[in-house]
Amino acid sequence: MSPAAGVVPALDWGDVFSFQDYGALVQLLANSIVAGAVLGIVGGLVGVFVMQRDLAFAVHGVSELSFAGAAAALLFGGSVVAGSIGGALVAAILIGLLGSRARERNSIVGVLMPFGLGLGILFLSLYQGRSANRFSLLTGQIVSVSSPDLGWLIGISAVVLVVLVLIWNPLRFDSLDPVSAQARGVPTRAVGLVFMVLLGLIVAVAVHIIGALLVMPLLVTPAAAAMRVAAGPLAVPLLAALFGLVSAVGGILLALAGTLPVSPYITTISFAIYIVCWIVQRSRERVRRTI
Amino acid sequence: MSAGGPAHGASVLEIRGAALRRPGRGGSGDRELWSGLDLDVAHGEFIAVLGPSGSGKTTLLRSILGLQELSAGSIRVEGRPVHRGNQRIGYIPQQRPYSADTALRARDVVALGVQGPRFGLPIPRRGDRDRVEAALRDVGAAHYADRRVGELSGGEQQRLRVGQALMDHPALLLCDEPLSNLDLANQQGVTEIIDRQRREHGAAVLFVTHDVNPILGKVDRILYIAGGRFMLGTPDEVLQSRVLTDLYGAPVFVLRAGDRLVVVGIPDAEPHHDHGDAA
Repeated sequence: MSPAAGVVPALDWGDVFSFQDYGALVQLLANSIVAGAVLGIVGGLVGVFVMQRDLAFAVHGVSELSFAGAAAALLFGGSVVAGSIGGALVAAILIGLLGSRARERNSIVGVLMPFGLGLGILFLSLYQGRSANRFSLLTGQIVSVSSPDLGWLIGISAVVLVVLVLIWNPLRFDSLDPVSAQARGVPTRAVGLVFMVLLGLIVAVAVHIIGALLVMPLLVTPAAAAMRVAAGPLAVPLLAALFGLVSAVGGILLALAGTLPVSPYITTISFAIYIVCWIVQRSRERVRRTI
Repeated sequence: MSAGGPAHGASVLEIRGAALRRPGRGGSGDRELWSGLDLDVAHGEFIAVLGPSGSGKTTLLRSILGLQELSAGSIRVEGRPVHRGNQRIGYIPQQRPYSADTALRARDVVALGVQGPRFGLPIPRRGDRDRVEAALRDVGAAHYADRRVGELSGGEQQRLRVGQALMDHPALLLCDEPLSNLDLANQQGVTEIIDRQRREHGAAVLFVTHDVNPILGKVDRILYIAGGRFMLGTPDEVLQSRVLTDLYGAPVFVLRAGDRLVVVGIPDAEPHHDHGDAA
């Protein structure tokens, strides 16, 4: 299935991969790579709890409202990073307060998500500025993020990481066995709300790097892949962070070599890791059954 | 054996004048479930709490855990007022199956009893591993300690929850329907573990159940809550047609079949036509 010679190719592979001046590009975009690395690691760790608390759909809802916030900031001339954080936090806290049960939560997300997306598209349609900015909020383009904003994204991810590590054990207990956790004195409601705030923050970061439509490959897929091959309390988060790191940094490094946005590379790597983990799990199960 | 020692006599649990009200339906004011409950539970005592659903049994346990306030009265555990997160209380919930893809090993469920309430990362401290191993052995789960919980049977999963609750041998064990959804063999197994805990480590047991038969041979006293009132006594005293008929205010029969008991004719638990205090 290679592009046929003779006919004008629809696809110029030079857009996908081209390693001219690669070293210089990498140096130029060192900050973007660092931001991607931090997001990959923290996103993978947050993803462990997204999976355990059954929040994958909520992640999507939060990201659409984050997009609406960023689009509003773009239109009204505020900071796009602040706008995305504002939108994400509003959505995350709403979902955390109103949707303690999975079914309630899903209906809240289902109502919020299209509203957020609609608002965002409205703001973008009204926006008269550079069109590259519009597109990048939905599908991500880290190279278009300014250096001070990158600093903010890295800083926010670091804060999320620190707080997540602090509440790790009680959050894990509450995610896995809420009834026993409460009986044992874990402040389950507070811990759950703090986690929703962390989730909102990291989703807002991800919107800038990979785009509002595509936050899942960094916030859900790495953890889901890790859970297929590991079960230990340290093995799962370490693997999830590693998978997130490889997807994010690998995607950015590959994207530098072409002219395409970074997102398809990240989603592809992340998906490939998941498939490999799935195959590993299946083959292990087959081995066990034959023993 | 208890650290600190109980201040008041030998009671592990001391309930005085406890009352429970629930908000009535349709804003019709509060409905009193029961009041004037006094209960002392000694070390090593096994008390079954029986009664129809909706009679406030689970709420009683939650009040002892400090998660919910009584409408009136006081509760002391080892002489001290209740508070959240009392590590001297073990809590065994009803068995709810873990989903098949839960990324958790059997030993991790037990370890949550040690690490869960602590802040920080799940990095074992010195001694943690031994405590977890001991708890796994206590509940007969050592041979499947490294398997995923999703692959285990309901009985195997429930043993892990018991192990988590028995961590460090609590002075008081609160069990909320721990045998439901288990088959007969596992009901006996889990009962045996709980009973051994009270014989060997002096734990007081408060055991909420809808079926007294699996624990009938172990129970010292029964607290039977029904119809806004309660009855406290030995199984022979409480489980009689006359007593339960009086309690429910409707004809109830206790039938004996071998060493099993069948209670027939229990009226609907929740009064659908709210008429205040049924008793």
